[in-house]
Amino acid sequence: MAVATAPQSIEEQRRWEGSLDQLRGLVSERAITGETMLLNMGPHHPSTHGVLRLLLELDGEQIVSCLPDIGFLHTGIEKSIEDKSYEKALPLTDRMDYLSPMSNNMAYAAAVEKLLDLDVPERGQVIRVVCLELARCASHLVWLGTHAIDMGAMSVLLYAFRERERILGMFEMLSGQRMMSSYIRPGGVWRDVPDDFLPTIKQFLNDFPAKVDDYEALLTQNPIWKDRAQGVGVIEPDVALAYGLTGPALRGSGVNWDLRKAQPYSGYETYDFNVPLGEHGDVYDRYLIRIHEFRESMKILNQAVARLETVKGPYRSENRKYCPPLRSELGQSMEAVIHHFKLWTYGYDAPDEEIYNAIESPRGEIGCYIHGAGANKPRRVHFKTPSFIHISALPVMAKGYLLADMVAIIGSVDIVLGDCDR
Amino acid sequence: MEIPAARNPVDVLRESFGEAILFVKEFRGETTVVVEAARSTDVLDFLRAGSGLVYNMLSDVSAVDYYPNDYGELFAGDAGDYRPERFAVSYHLLSMLYNRRLRVKVFAEEEDPRLPTATVVFPSANWLEREIADMMGIVFEGHPDQRRLLMPDNWYGHPHRRDYPLGKETVAFSFNEAEIRKHKPFATD
Repeated sequence: MAVATAPQSIEEQRRWEGSLDQLRGLVSERAITGETMLLNMGPHHPSTHGVLRLLLELDGEQIVSCLPDIGFLHTGIEKSIEDKSYEKALPLTDRMDYLSPMSNNMAYAAAVEKLLDLDVPERGQVIRVVCLELARCASHLVWLGTHAIDMGAMSVLLYAFRERERILGMFEMLSGQRMMSSYIRPGGVWRDVPDDFLPTIKQFLNDFPAKVDDYEALLTQNPIWKDRAQGVGVIEPDVALAYGLTGPALRGSGVNWDLRKAQPYSGYETYDFNVPLGEHGDVYDRYLIRIHEFRESMKILNQAVARLETVKGPYRSENRKYCPPLRSELGQSMEAVIHHFKLWTYGYDAPDEEIYNAIESPRGEIGCYIHGAGANKPRRVHFKTPSFIHISALPVMAKGYLLADMVAIIGSVDIVLGDCDR
Repeated sequence: MEIPAARNPVDVLRESFGEAILFVKEFRGETTVVVEAARSTDVLDFLRAGSGLVYNMLSDVSAVDYYPNDYGELFAGDAGDYRPERFAVSYHLLSMLYNRRLRVKVFAEEEDPRLPTATVVFPSANWLEREIADMMGIVFEGHPDQRRLLMPDNWYGHPHRRDYPLGKETVAFSFNEAEIRKHKPFATD
């Protein structure tokens, strides 16, 4: 087996870590001679949104090159999933993108459903759409607050977190957990929405549009905000595509690509909503897109909540080989007890095949690659996460801008390091 | 602008690459094309720019390890599958114009796995391949940045291989610290 060569002595290790030679070819030759400055930013810098370390090469205040260093939050989720049955691996996916765990659940659950060829009943799909759009709002609210505070606007954070608390309260109502909800599961959702959920979400939908207007009043026409955001971190559409950007970061450059429209899942094709697009591909356009996405999410939520009242029926698949029976069936049916026991001890077998399934998370395309092993545990699970791709494109976006703009650029692509490192 | 009718990517690839297309599989509406490792960069470039199929985005690169016995000549699995070597790398391409995906798969041998890099065709493959090089130990020849990505630089082994144990990294306490340090001279200060 080929293995990496490890340093055999302390001297070798020091030489390896401290040497500029390792960076030759990655930073410009001027950094090797000392003409430009190498500056370490992070991993404890507050505006790196977690534990991202950037090695910046600066000419005065101008960024010549940027080397992101990730892996500080690597938790081996993909490796751990290899040792878990399909259903039991789901809570791990919450911990990747901890600002929108519902999207991760959905990415994983939809991939498992594709592998098993499992259908989700209509009510389950409607509940999923409600969860996904609430998660999008919650995630964008954190992005808005932290992005604003990075750029010097303090109060937006407090307002954004006030509304986010209400969404997290609704998640708690649904799943019993504010953040790590594990609510969307292969075959449907964990349980039906409780009775007091509908009045709560209606009240929220009634209040929230005015709050979005408040955020806009604070920022959109604010001259300081525009100065910091317009024309900064510009990425051209063809470059954005070449570097694999997705979600608001891609749409900010004017590329009309939203998986909810292009490759609809969970019944998104039946909802009426628009995909906001930018023109300039700068920080300001990416900000505007997310603000408009609040309003589009409200549109979808209004339609979905109306459907919650009319669409009745099961909220998860009735296929008892893959979905556990209802608690009420356990006292009545021996078969239900057998299924219950089998599902929670062994799980179910999935074919020895590979599939890739992607959904549109608040940050962009989150793809899940599963290679089954013909057994109850997968051979390999890989998550293609938007933050990972976006951080790899940071050097392209940051090149030539000022050091102070780096903070705005990091904020504008909306990264979560748990999502990046997995 | 008129968009030409979508052609079947498998037919187009067979036409242009013939013998280099080793195996084709359909599963749940996804097409997998196994190509010769030596030609993979040509195939990817052809699919992106030369073929009229316009696979303009690389969504994902993922690797899989068929250890311990699901590969090679003795592979006893499904006769409709093809696993000649231990490691496989899948490039997931997306065509926005025709709104479809394609998986291009290449195999790498167990001893000294090496594959040509796709970064020359898709810049987004940079980190995705670096992650595979780090976690699966597949060397991508010609890759611009061969450092480790997620694991520390002094890490030994490749965690996503199937023969790499899950857990088993000894936690250092005061009673066993000296013993662990002895095995890891590079971890001490």
